[in-house]
Amino acid sequence: MKKWQDNKGWLFILPVFIIVAFSAIIPLMTVVNYSIQDIFGPGQRIFVGTEWYKEVLTDQRLHDALWRQLLFSGLVLLIEMPLGIAIALTMPTKKGLGSSVCLVLIALPLLIPWNVIGTIWIIFTRPDIGLMGALINDMGWSFDHTASGLHAWITLMLMEVWHWTPLVILLAYAGLRSIPEAYYQAARIDGASAWAIFRYIQLPKMRGVLTIALLLRFMDSFLIYAEPFVLTGGGPGNATTFLSIYLVKIAVGQFDLGPAGAFSLIYFLIVLLFCYLFYQVLLNVGKGESS
Amino acid sequence: MKKRYIILAAYLVLIMLPIYWMLNMSLRTNADIMARLVFIPTDITFGNYMKIFTDASWYSGYINSIIYVVLNTVICLVTALPAAYAFSRYSFIGDKHVFFWLLTNRMAPAAVFLLPFFQLYSTFNLIDTHIAVALAHCLFNLPLTVWILEGFISGVPREIDETAFIDGYKFPRFFFFVFIPLIRSGIGVAAFFCFMFSWVELLFARTLTTTAAKPIAAIMTRTVSASGLDWGLLAAAGILTIVPGALVIWFVRNYLAKGFALGRV
Repeated sequence: MKKWQDNKGWLFILPVFIIVAFSAIIPLMTVVNYSIQDIFGPGQRIFVGTEWYKEVLTDQRLHDALWRQLLFSGLVLLIEMPLGIAIALTMPTKKGLGSSVCLVLIALPLLIPWNVIGTIWIIFTRPDIGLMGALINDMGWSFDHTASGLHAWITLMLMEVWHWTPLVILLAYAGLRSIPEAYYQAARIDGASAWAIFRYIQLPKMRGVLTIALLLRFMDSFLIYAEPFVLTGGGPGNATTFLSIYLVKIAVGQFDLGPAGAFSLIYFLIVLLFCYLFYQVLLNVGKGESS
Repeated sequence: MKKRYIILAAYLVLIMLPIYWMLNMSLRTNADIMARLVFIPTDITFGNYMKIFTDASWYSGYINSIIYVVLNTVICLVTALPAAYAFSRYSFIGDKHVFFWLLTNRMAPAAVFLLPFFQLYSTFNLIDTHIAVALAHCLFNLPLTVWILEGFISGVPREIDETAFIDGYKFPRFFFFVFIPLIRSGIGVAAFFCFMFSWVELLFARTLTTTAAKPIAAIMTRTVSASGLDWGLLAAAGILTIVPGALVIWFVRNYLAKGFALGRV
Protein backbone atom coordinates (compact mmCIF):
# COMPACT_ATOMS: atom_id res chain seq x y z
CA MET A 1 0.00 0.00 0.00
CA LYS A 2 1.35 3.42 -0.92
CA LYS A 3 1.64 5.76 2.02
CA TRP A 4 1.28 9.50 2.40
CA GLN A 5 4.63 11.23 2.53
CA ASP A 6 4.22 13.39 5.62
CA ASN A 7 6.45 14.05 8.58
CA LYS A 8 3.49 14.86 10.80
CA GLY A 9 3.46 11.13 11.40
CA TRP A 10 6.00 11.94 14.10
CA LEU A 11 3.33 13.82 16.04
CA PHE A 12 1.24 10.67 16.18
CA ILE A 13 4.02 8.46 17.43
CA LEU A 14 5.38 10.99 19.91
CA PRO A 15 3.55 9.64 23.01
CA VAL A 16 4.70 6.09 22.32
CA PHE A 17 8.19 7.34 21.60
CA ILE A 18 8.39 9.26 24.89
CA ILE A 19 7.09 6.40 27.05
CA VAL A 20 9.28 3.76 25.48
CA ALA A 21 12.29 6.08 25.51
CA PHE A 22 11.70 6.70 29.21
CA SER A 23 11.62 3.00 29.97
CA ALA A 24 14.22 1.88 27.43
CA ILE A 25 16.83 4.51 26.61
CA ILE A 26 17.41 5.88 30.11
CA PRO A 27 17.81 2.41 31.67
CA LEU A 28 20.03 1.29 28.80
CA MET A 29 22.32 4.30 29.29
CA THR A 30 22.42 3.48 33.01
CA VAL A 31 23.59 0.00 32.11
CA VAL A 32 26.28 1.48 29.87
CA ASN A 33 27.35 3.61 32.81
CA TYR A 34 27.63 0.60 35.09
CA SER A 35 29.62 -1.33 32.54
CA ILE A 36 32.48 1.14 32.20
CA GLN A 37 32.82 2.37 35.77
CA ASP A 38 33.63 0.95 39.18
CA ILE A 39 30.95 2.26 41.52
CA PHE A 40 31.60 2.31 45.27
CA GLY A 41 28.74 4.52 46.34
CA PRO A 42 26.98 7.76 45.49
CA GLY A 43 29.51 10.10 43.88
CA GLN A 44 32.36 7.62 44.25
CA ARG A 45 33.18 6.08 40.94
CA ILE A 46 36.18 5.59 38.71
CA PHE A 47 36.31 4.98 35.01
CA VAL A 48 37.64 1.52 34.28
CA GLY A 49 37.14 1.29 30.53
CA THR A 50 36.71 -2.21 29.18
CA GLU A 51 37.87 -4.00 32.31
CA TRP A 52 34.44 -5.41 33.18
CA TYR A 53 34.00 -6.64 29.65
CA LYS A 54 37.29 -8.54 29.89
CA GLU A 55 36.25 -9.99 33.23
CA VAL A 56 32.85 -11.05 31.96
CA LEU A 57 34.12 -12.52 28.71
CA THR A 58 36.58 -14.73 30.61
CA ASP A 59 34.14 -15.72 33.35
CA GLN A 60 33.94 -19.49 33.30
CA ARG A 61 30.51 -19.59 34.96
CA LEU A 62 29.14 -17.23 32.32
CA HIS A 63 30.45 -19.51 29.59
CA ASP A 64 28.77 -22.44 31.28
CA ALA A 65 25.52 -20.51 31.53
CA LEU A 66 25.73 -19.55 27.85
CA TRP A 67 26.31 -23.14 26.68
CA ARG A 68 23.53 -24.35 28.95
CA GLN A 69 21.27 -21.68 27.49
CA LEU A 70 22.12 -22.60 23.90
CA LEU A 71 21.59 -26.29 24.61
CA PHE A 72 18.26 -25.52 26.24
CA SER A 73 17.05 -23.29 23.40
CA GLY A 74 18.24 -25.82 20.82
CA LEU A 75 16.45 -28.72 22.50
CA VAL A 76 13.30 -26.63 22.92
CA LEU A 77 13.19 -25.82 19.20
CA LEU A 78 13.99 -29.40 18.24
CA ILE A 79 11.01 -30.71 20.20
CA GLU A 80 8.48 -27.92 19.88
CA MET A 81 8.66 -27.22 16.15
CA PRO A 82 7.91 -30.75 14.84
CA LEU A 83 5.41 -31.41 17.62
CA GLY A 84 3.63 -28.13 16.96
CA ILE A 85 3.38 -28.79 13.23
CA ALA A 86 2.16 -32.34 13.82
CA ILE A 87 -0.59 -31.26 16.21
CA ALA A 88 -1.62 -28.40 13.91
CA LEU A 89 -2.08 -30.97 11.12
CA THR A 90 -4.48 -32.98 13.27
CA MET A 91 -6.71 -29.99 14.04
CA PRO A 92 -10.17 -29.90 12.42
CA THR A 93 -9.93 -27.97 9.16
CA LYS A 94 -13.48 -26.66 9.08
CA LYS A 95 -14.44 -23.58 11.01
CA GLY A 96 -16.88 -24.50 13.73
CA LEU A 97 -17.42 -25.32 17.35
CA GLY A 98 -14.94 -28.20 17.30
CA SER A 99 -12.00 -26.19 16.04
CA SER A 100 -12.88 -23.25 18.32
CA VAL A 101 -12.92 -25.43 21.43
CA CYS A 102 -9.63 -27.04 20.37
CA LEU A 103 -8.04 -23.62 19.84
CA VAL A 104 -9.13 -22.35 23.24
CA LEU A 105 -7.99 -25.47 25.10
CA ILE A 106 -4.66 -25.54 23.29
CA ALA A 107 -3.99 -21.86 23.99
CA LEU A 108 -4.81 -22.11 27.69
CA PRO A 109 -1.22 -22.71 28.92
CA LEU A 110 -0.12 -19.49 27.18
CA LEU A 111 -2.38 -17.41 29.42
CA ILE A 112 -1.12 -18.70 32.74
CA PRO A 113 1.24 -16.41 34.69
CA TRP A 114 4.79 -17.66 34.28
CA ASN A 115 5.41 -18.30 37.94
CA VAL A 116 2.14 -20.22 38.22
CA ILE A 117 3.45 -22.44 35.41
CA GLY A 118 6.35 -23.26 37.72
CA THR A 119 3.95 -23.88 40.60
CA ILE A 120 1.77 -26.16 38.49
CA TRP A 121 4.78 -28.29 37.59
CA ILE A 122 6.11 -28.39 41.14
CA ILE A 123 2.74 -29.71 42.25
CA PHE A 124 2.57 -32.10 39.30
CA THR A 125 6.04 -33.62 39.60
CA ARG A 126 6.73 -33.74 43.32
CA PRO A 127 7.33 -37.33 44.38
CA ASP A 128 5.04 -37.09 47.40
CA ILE A 129 1.98 -35.20 46.14
CA GLY A 130 2.42 -34.95 42.36
CA LEU A 131 0.61 -37.20 39.92
CA MET A 132 3.57 -37.55 37.56
CA GLY A 133 6.21 -37.71 40.29
CA ALA A 134 4.29 -40.38 42.19
CA LEU A 135 3.61 -42.44 39.06
CA ILE A 136 7.28 -42.45 38.06
CA ASN A 137 8.39 -43.32 41.55
CA ASP A 138 5.84 -46.13 41.68
CA MET A 139 7.41 -47.55 38.55
CA GLY A 140 10.63 -47.90 40.48
CA TRP A 141 12.66 -44.89 39.33
CA SER A 142 13.34 -42.25 41.91
CA PHE A 143 12.49 -38.93 40.33
CA ASP A 144 13.13 -35.68 42.15
CA HIS A 145 13.89 -32.45 40.33
CA THR A 146 15.32 -30.84 43.44
CA ALA A 147 18.04 -33.45 43.85
CA SER A 148 19.23 -34.40 40.38
CA GLY A 149 20.33 -32.00 37.65
CA LEU A 150 19.14 -34.38 34.95
CA HIS A 151 15.69 -34.64 36.50
CA ALA A 152 15.51 -30.87 36.84
CA TRP A 153 16.30 -30.60 33.13
CA ILE A 154 13.67 -33.18 32.20
CA THR A 155 11.06 -31.36 34.25
CA LEU A 156 12.06 -28.02 32.76
CA MET A 157 11.91 -29.34 29.21
CA LEU A 158 8.49 -30.89 29.84
CA MET A 159 7.28 -27.64 31.32
CA GLU A 160 8.66 -25.57 28.46
CA VAL A 161 7.18 -27.88 25.84
CA TRP A 162 3.85 -27.90 27.65
CA HIS A 163 3.88 -24.12 27.97
CA TRP A 164 5.01 -22.97 24.54
CA THR A 165 4.21 -25.68 21.97
CA PRO A 166 0.70 -24.10 21.76
CA LEU A 167 2.31 -21.02 20.19
CA VAL A 168 3.81 -23.11 17.38
CA ILE A 169 0.48 -24.91 16.94
CA LEU A 170 -1.47 -21.64 16.70
CA LEU A 171 0.90 -20.17 14.13
CA ALA A 172 1.14 -23.34 12.05
CA TYR A 173 -2.65 -23.68 12.15
CA ALA A 174 -3.08 -20.08 10.98
CA GLY A 175 -0.73 -20.89 8.10
CA LEU A 176 -2.64 -24.04 7.20
CA ARG A 177 -5.97 -22.24 7.21
CA SER A 178 -4.70 -19.75 4.62
CA ILE A 179 -4.22 -22.48 1.98
CA PRO A 180 -7.04 -22.33 -0.60
CA GLU A 181 -9.12 -25.47 -0.99
CA ALA A 182 -8.29 -25.48 -4.72
CA TYR A 183 -4.72 -26.59 -3.94
CA TYR A 184 -6.00 -29.73 -2.22
CA GLN A 185 -8.45 -30.45 -5.04
CA ALA A 186 -5.64 -30.22 -7.58
CA ALA A 187 -3.52 -32.53 -5.43
CA ARG A 188 -6.36 -35.05 -5.19
CA ILE A 189 -6.77 -35.07 -8.98
CA ASP A 190 -3.05 -35.74 -9.33
CA GLY A 191 -3.38 -38.56 -6.78
CA ALA A 192 -0.84 -37.03 -4.41
CA SER A 193 -0.03 -38.90 -1.19
CA ALA A 194 -0.52 -37.31 2.21
CA TRP A 195 3.24 -36.89 2.51
CA ALA A 196 3.44 -35.22 -0.91
CA ILE A 197 0.66 -32.81 0.06
CA PHE A 198 2.53 -31.96 3.24
CA ARG A 199 5.91 -31.62 1.56
CA TYR A 200 4.90 -29.69 -1.54
CA ILE A 201 1.80 -27.73 -0.51
CA GLN A 202 1.49 -27.33 3.26
CA LEU A 203 5.12 -26.91 4.25
CA PRO A 204 5.97 -24.25 1.63
CA LYS A 205 2.78 -22.36 2.47
CA MET A 206 3.64 -22.42 6.17
CA ARG A 207 7.19 -21.18 5.64
CA GLY A 208 6.48 -17.61 6.74
CA VAL A 209 4.60 -18.42 9.94
CA LEU A 210 7.03 -21.19 10.84
CA THR A 211 9.98 -18.82 10.56
CA ILE A 212 8.16 -16.42 12.87
CA ALA A 213 7.47 -19.28 15.30
CA LEU A 214 11.10 -20.40 15.15
CA LEU A 215 12.52 -16.97 15.92
CA LEU A 216 9.93 -16.18 18.59
CA ARG A 217 10.55 -19.47 20.32
CA PHE A 218 14.30 -19.04 20.10
CA MET A 219 14.23 -15.57 21.60
CA ASP A 220 11.70 -16.28 24.33
CA SER A 221 13.49 -19.45 25.41
CA PHE A 222 16.76 -17.52 25.32
CA LEU A 223 15.30 -15.04 27.83
CA ILE A 224 13.63 -17.60 30.10
CA TYR A 225 13.58 -16.58 33.74
CA ALA A 226 10.44 -17.06 35.81
CA GLU A 227 9.78 -20.76 35.20
CA PRO A 228 13.20 -22.16 36.19
CA PHE A 229 13.39 -19.56 38.96
CA VAL A 230 10.21 -20.88 40.56
CA LEU A 231 10.87 -24.55 39.80
CA THR A 232 14.51 -24.90 40.85
CA GLY A 233 15.93 -21.43 41.53
CA GLY A 234 18.77 -22.30 39.13
CA GLY A 235 19.72 -25.48 40.96
CA PRO A 236 20.46 -28.13 41.92
CA GLY A 237 23.99 -26.71 41.96
CA ASN A 238 24.12 -24.63 38.81
CA ALA A 239 22.37 -27.19 36.62
CA THR A 240 19.57 -24.87 35.47
CA THR A 241 21.28 -21.49 35.83
CA PHE A 242 20.47 -19.90 32.49
CA LEU A 243 21.67 -16.50 31.30
CA SER A 244 18.83 -14.45 32.81
CA ILE A 245 19.04 -16.26 36.13
CA TYR A 246 22.80 -15.80 36.28
CA LEU A 247 22.45 -12.12 35.40
CA VAL A 248 19.93 -11.51 38.16
CA LYS A 249 22.17 -13.41 40.56
CA ILE A 250 25.11 -11.10 39.78
CA ALA A 251 23.09 -7.90 39.65
CA VAL A 252 20.65 -8.29 42.53
CA GLY A 253 22.17 -11.10 44.56
CA GLN A 254 25.81 -9.99 44.64
CA PHE A 255 25.21 -6.38 43.54
CA ASP A 256 28.24 -6.43 41.21
CA LEU A 257 27.06 -3.57 39.04
CA GLY A 258 30.08 -3.42 36.73
CA PRO A 259 30.15 -7.03 35.55
CA ALA A 260 26.35 -7.11 35.51
CA GLY A 261 26.28 -4.05 33.23
CA ALA A 262 28.84 -5.46 30.84
CA PHE A 263 27.08 -8.82 30.81
CA SER A 264 23.75 -7.09 30.16
CA LEU A 265 25.03 -5.25 27.11
CA ILE A 266 26.56 -8.37 25.60
CA TYR A 267 23.34 -10.26 26.27
CA PHE A 268 21.28 -7.48 24.71
CA LEU A 269 23.47 -7.40 21.60
CA ILE A 270 22.98 -11.13 21.01
CA VAL A 271 19.21 -10.69 21.32
CA LEU A 272 19.31 -7.65 19.04
CA LEU A 273 21.00 -9.66 16.31
CA PHE A 274 18.20 -12.23 16.30
CA CYS A 275 15.65 -9.45 16.58
CA TYR A 276 16.92 -7.99 13.32
CA LEU A 277 16.53 -11.34 11.57
CA PHE A 278 13.03 -11.57 12.99
CA TYR A 279 12.18 -8.08 11.71
CA GLN A 280 13.28 -8.95 8.19
CA VAL A 281 11.10 -12.06 8.24
CA LEU A 282 8.07 -10.17 9.60
CA LEU A 283 8.30 -7.53 6.89
CA ASN A 284 8.37 -10.18 4.18
CA VAL A 285 5.58 -12.42 5.46
CA GLY A 286 2.80 -12.53 2.93
CA LYS A 287 4.97 -11.20 0.12
CA GLY A 288 6.62 -13.70 -2.22
CA GLU A 289 5.33 -16.65 -0.24
CA SER A 290 3.60 -18.18 -3.22
CA SER A 291 6.66 -20.14 -4.34
CA MET B 1 -9.08 -39.49 9.47
CA LYS B 2 -10.03 -41.13 12.77
CA LYS B 3 -6.43 -41.59 13.83
CA ARG B 4 -5.60 -37.89 13.76
CA TYR B 5 -8.41 -37.04 16.14
CA ILE B 6 -7.10 -39.65 18.58
CA ILE B 7 -3.69 -37.94 18.52
CA LEU B 8 -5.33 -34.55 19.00
CA ALA B 9 -7.47 -35.81 21.88
CA ALA B 10 -4.42 -37.39 23.54
CA TYR B 11 -2.53 -34.12 23.26
CA LEU B 12 -5.44 -32.15 24.74
CA VAL B 13 -5.68 -34.56 27.66
CA LEU B 14 -1.95 -34.23 28.34
CA ILE B 15 -2.22 -30.43 28.22
CA MET B 16 -5.10 -30.41 30.66
CA LEU B 17 -3.65 -32.95 33.09
CA PRO B 18 -1.30 -30.63 35.04
CA ILE B 19 -4.00 -27.94 35.23
CA TYR B 20 -6.53 -30.51 36.39
CA TRP B 21 -4.10 -31.73 39.03
CA MET B 22 -3.78 -28.22 40.43
CA LEU B 23 -7.56 -27.84 40.42
CA ASN B 24 -7.78 -31.15 42.25
CA MET B 25 -5.31 -29.96 44.90
CA SER B 26 -7.12 -26.66 45.33
CA LEU B 27 -10.31 -28.46 46.37
CA ARG B 28 -8.71 -30.44 49.18
CA THR B 29 -7.28 -29.66 52.59
CA ASN B 30 -3.55 -29.77 53.09
CA ALA B 31 -3.77 -32.77 55.39
CA ASP B 32 -5.76 -34.67 52.76
CA ILE B 33 -3.20 -33.77 50.07
CA MET B 34 -0.27 -35.01 52.10
CA ALA B 35 -2.08 -38.17 53.22
CA ARG B 36 -3.10 -39.72 49.93
CA LEU B 37 -2.99 -39.47 46.18
CA VAL B 38 -6.46 -39.48 44.63
CA PHE B 39 -7.35 -38.67 41.06
CA ILE B 40 -10.92 -37.68 41.82
CA PRO B 41 -11.24 -35.86 45.14
CA THR B 42 -14.02 -37.14 47.38
CA ASP B 43 -14.15 -34.68 50.28
CA ILE B 44 -14.37 -31.50 48.27
CA THR B 45 -13.81 -28.33 50.27
CA PHE B 46 -13.84 -24.71 49.17
CA GLY B 47 -11.91 -23.68 52.28
CA ASN B 48 -8.80 -22.69 50.32
CA TYR B 49 -10.78 -20.34 48.12
CA MET B 50 -12.64 -18.94 51.10
CA LYS B 51 -9.34 -18.15 52.80
CA ILE B 52 -8.08 -16.25 49.74
CA PHE B 53 -11.29 -14.26 49.45
CA THR B 54 -11.35 -13.32 53.13
CA ASP B 55 -7.64 -12.77 53.91
CA ALA B 56 -6.56 -9.27 52.84
CA SER B 57 -2.93 -10.23 52.33
CA TRP B 58 -4.12 -12.66 49.64
CA TYR B 59 -6.93 -10.91 47.83
CA SER B 60 -5.15 -7.55 47.82
CA GLY B 61 -2.60 -9.24 45.57
CA TYR B 62 -5.30 -9.83 42.96
CA ILE B 63 -6.56 -6.28 43.30
CA ASN B 64 -3.03 -4.89 42.89
CA SER B 65 -2.43 -7.04 39.83
CA ILE B 66 -5.70 -6.00 38.23
CA ILE B 67 -5.06 -2.30 38.90
CA TYR B 68 -1.66 -2.18 37.23
CA VAL B 69 -2.73 -4.46 34.39
CA VAL B 70 -5.72 -2.24 33.59
CA LEU B 71 -3.59 0.91 33.89
CA ASN B 72 -1.08 -0.62 31.54
CA THR B 73 -3.74 -1.63 29.01
CA VAL B 74 -5.26 1.86 29.00
CA ILE B 75 -1.90 3.60 28.59
CA CYS B 76 -0.93 1.24 25.79
CA LEU B 77 -4.16 1.58 23.83
CA VAL B 78 -4.44 5.37 24.13
CA THR B 79 -0.89 6.04 22.98
CA ALA B 80 -0.55 3.17 20.52
CA LEU B 81 -3.66 3.93 18.45
CA PRO B 82 -2.40 7.15 16.85
CA ALA B 83 1.09 5.68 16.53
CA ALA B 84 -0.17 2.58 14.75
CA TYR B 85 -2.24 4.79 12.46
CA ALA B 86 0.84 6.84 11.61
CA PHE B 87 2.98 3.77 10.91
CA SER B 88 0.29 2.34 8.68
CA ARG B 89 -0.65 5.49 6.74
CA TYR B 90 2.30 7.85 6.62
CA SER B 91 5.86 7.49 5.59
CA PHE B 92 8.10 9.87 7.48
CA ILE B 93 11.76 10.30 8.32
CA GLY B 94 13.02 7.32 10.27
CA ASP B 95 9.71 5.46 10.39
CA LYS B 96 11.22 2.05 9.67
CA HIS B 97 13.97 2.57 12.22
CA VAL B 98 11.55 3.56 14.96
CA PHE B 99 9.35 0.59 14.10
CA PHE B 100 12.31 -1.75 14.45
CA TRP B 101 13.51 -0.03 17.62
CA LEU B 102 10.08 -0.62 19.18
CA LEU B 103 10.35 -4.30 18.34
CA THR B 104 13.77 -4.58 20.00
CA ASN B 105 12.14 -3.49 23.25
CA ARG B 106 9.54 -6.24 23.03
CA MET B 107 12.46 -8.69 22.79
CA ALA B 108 14.70 -7.04 25.38
CA PRO B 109 15.75 -9.31 28.25
CA ALA B 110 13.83 -8.08 31.31
CA ALA B 111 16.76 -9.03 33.53
CA VAL B 112 18.92 -6.41 31.79
CA PHE B 113 16.55 -3.60 32.73
CA LEU B 114 15.93 -4.69 36.28
CA LEU B 115 18.47 -2.63 38.22
CA PRO B 116 18.23 0.55 36.11
CA PHE B 117 14.45 0.42 36.46
CA PHE B 118 14.74 0.18 40.19
CA GLN B 119 17.09 3.20 40.25
CA LEU B 120 14.99 5.20 37.82
CA TYR B 121 11.72 4.66 39.66
CA SER B 122 13.40 5.30 43.02
CA THR B 123 14.53 8.67 41.70
CA PHE B 124 10.93 9.53 40.84
CA ASN B 125 9.64 8.08 44.12
CA LEU B 126 7.52 5.61 42.23
CA ILE B 127 8.65 2.37 43.85
CA ASP B 128 5.76 0.32 45.20
CA THR B 129 3.11 2.13 43.19
CA HIS B 130 0.84 0.61 40.57
CA ILE B 131 1.83 3.16 37.96
CA ALA B 132 5.48 2.06 38.21
CA VAL B 133 4.65 -1.50 37.24
CA ALA B 134 2.24 -0.30 34.55
CA LEU B 135 4.94 1.91 33.03
CA ALA B 136 7.57 -0.82 33.26
CA HIS B 137 5.27 -3.23 31.43
CA CYS B 138 4.87 -0.63 28.68
CA LEU B 139 8.43 -1.53 27.72
CA PHE B 140 7.22 -4.71 26.03
CA ASN B 141 3.46 -4.11 25.77
CA LEU B 142 3.52 -0.80 23.88
CA PRO B 143 5.57 -2.20 20.98
CA LEU B 144 3.28 -5.23 20.92
CA THR B 145 0.15 -3.04 20.81
CA VAL B 146 1.57 -0.83 18.07
CA TRP B 147 2.51 -3.86 15.99
CA ILE B 148 -0.87 -5.60 16.42
CA LEU B 149 -2.88 -2.44 15.70
CA GLU B 150 -0.70 -1.63 12.71
CA GLY B 151 -1.56 -5.05 11.31
CA PHE B 152 -5.29 -4.43 11.72
CA ILE B 153 -5.18 -0.83 10.45
CA SER B 154 -3.29 -1.84 7.34
CA GLY B 155 -6.20 -4.16 6.60
CA VAL B 156 -8.48 -1.12 6.21
CA PRO B 157 -8.15 0.38 2.73
CA ARG B 158 -6.77 3.91 2.60
CA GLU B 159 -9.61 4.95 0.31
CA ILE B 160 -11.90 5.05 3.36
CA ASP B 161 -9.76 7.78 4.92
CA GLU B 162 -9.59 9.69 1.66
CA THR B 163 -13.35 9.51 1.09
CA ALA B 164 -14.01 10.74 4.63
CA PHE B 165 -11.69 13.71 4.17
CA ILE B 166 -13.33 14.58 0.83
CA ASP B 167 -16.70 14.40 2.59
CA GLY B 168 -15.44 17.16 4.86
CA TYR B 169 -14.56 15.23 8.02
CA LYS B 170 -11.92 16.90 10.15
CA PHE B 171 -9.25 14.48 11.33
CA PRO B 172 -10.25 14.07 15.00
CA ARG B 173 -13.91 13.52 14.10
CA PHE B 174 -12.93 11.02 11.43
CA PHE B 175 -10.55 9.20 13.75
CA PHE B 176 -12.92 8.82 16.68
CA PHE B 177 -16.26 8.33 14.95
CA VAL B 178 -15.35 6.58 11.71
CA PHE B 179 -12.01 4.93 12.08
CA ILE B 180 -12.03 3.54 15.62
CA PRO B 181 -15.40 1.78 15.12
CA LEU B 182 -13.93 0.23 11.97
CA ILE B 183 -11.04 -1.42 13.81
CA ARG B 184 -12.82 -2.17 17.08
CA SER B 185 -12.10 -5.89 16.82
CA GLY B 186 -8.41 -5.05 16.44
CA ILE B 187 -8.57 -2.86 19.54
CA GLY B 188 -10.21 -5.69 21.46
CA VAL B 189 -7.48 -8.11 20.42
CA ALA B 190 -4.72 -5.64 21.29
CA ALA B 191 -6.31 -5.00 24.68
CA PHE B 192 -6.48 -8.73 25.33
CA PHE B 193 -2.80 -9.23 24.57
CA CYS B 194 -1.78 -6.21 26.67
CA PHE B 195 -3.82 -7.55 29.55
CA MET B 196 -2.36 -11.00 29.14
CA PHE B 197 1.33 -10.16 28.84
CA SER B 198 1.09 -7.76 31.76
CA TRP B 199 -0.77 -10.37 33.80
CA VAL B 200 1.75 -13.17 33.24
CA GLU B 201 4.87 -11.08 33.87
CA LEU B 202 6.63 -11.58 37.18
CA LEU B 203 10.15 -10.15 37.22
CA PHE B 204 9.36 -6.41 36.97
CA ALA B 205 6.19 -6.66 39.01
CA ARG B 206 8.05 -8.35 41.84
CA THR B 207 11.09 -6.07 41.81
CA LEU B 208 9.28 -2.74 41.64
CA THR B 209 6.89 -3.44 44.50
CA THR B 210 7.36 -4.10 48.18
CA THR B 211 4.04 -4.12 50.01
CA ALA B 212 1.41 -1.66 48.86
CA ALA B 213 1.28 -2.76 45.22
CA LYS B 214 2.53 -6.32 45.50
CA PRO B 215 1.05 -8.51 42.75
CA ILE B 216 -0.48 -11.91 43.36
CA ALA B 217 2.38 -13.57 41.45
CA ALA B 218 4.90 -12.26 43.99
CA ILE B 219 2.74 -13.23 46.96
CA MET B 220 2.67 -16.75 45.59
CA THR B 221 6.45 -17.03 45.19
CA ARG B 222 6.86 -15.87 48.77
CA THR B 223 4.62 -18.70 49.90
CA VAL B 224 6.59 -21.22 47.88
CA SER B 225 9.84 -20.36 49.58
CA ALA B 226 8.36 -20.56 53.07
CA SER B 227 8.94 -23.93 54.68
CA GLY B 228 5.61 -25.12 56.05
CA LEU B 229 3.60 -24.33 52.99
CA ASP B 230 0.00 -25.04 52.31
CA TRP B 231 -0.27 -26.80 48.95
CA GLY B 232 -4.03 -26.53 48.76
CA LEU B 233 -3.95 -22.78 49.28
CA LEU B 234 -1.15 -22.35 46.74
CA ALA B 235 -3.09 -24.38 44.18
CA ALA B 236 -6.25 -22.37 44.77
CA ALA B 237 -4.32 -19.12 44.29
CA GLY B 238 -2.86 -20.53 41.08
CA ILE B 239 -6.26 -21.57 39.73
CA LEU B 240 -7.62 -18.08 40.41
CA THR B 241 -4.83 -16.52 38.31
CA ILE B 242 -5.87 -18.64 35.32
CA VAL B 243 -9.52 -17.59 35.50
CA PRO B 244 -9.33 -14.10 33.91
CA GLY B 245 -7.49 -15.36 30.83
CA ALA B 246 -9.72 -18.40 30.50
CA LEU B 247 -12.84 -16.23 30.61
CA VAL B 248 -11.96 -13.92 27.72
CA ILE B 249 -9.90 -16.20 25.50
CA TRP B 250 -13.07 -17.37 23.70
CA PHE B 251 -13.62 -13.91 22.21
CA VAL B 252 -10.20 -13.66 20.63
CA ARG B 253 -9.81 -17.29 19.59
CA ASN B 254 -9.54 -16.47 15.88
CA TYR B 255 -6.89 -13.81 16.45
CA LEU B 256 -4.60 -15.70 18.84
CA ALA B 257 -2.02 -16.48 16.18
CA LYS B 258 -2.03 -12.88 14.98
CA GLY B 259 -1.49 -11.54 18.48
CA PHE B 260 1.32 -13.90 19.38
CA ALA B 261 3.04 -13.14 16.07
CA LEU B 262 2.90 -9.39 16.85
CA GLY B 263 0.17 -8.49 14.42
CA ARG B 264 1.63 -10.33 11.45
CA VAL B 265 0.35 -13.59 9.87
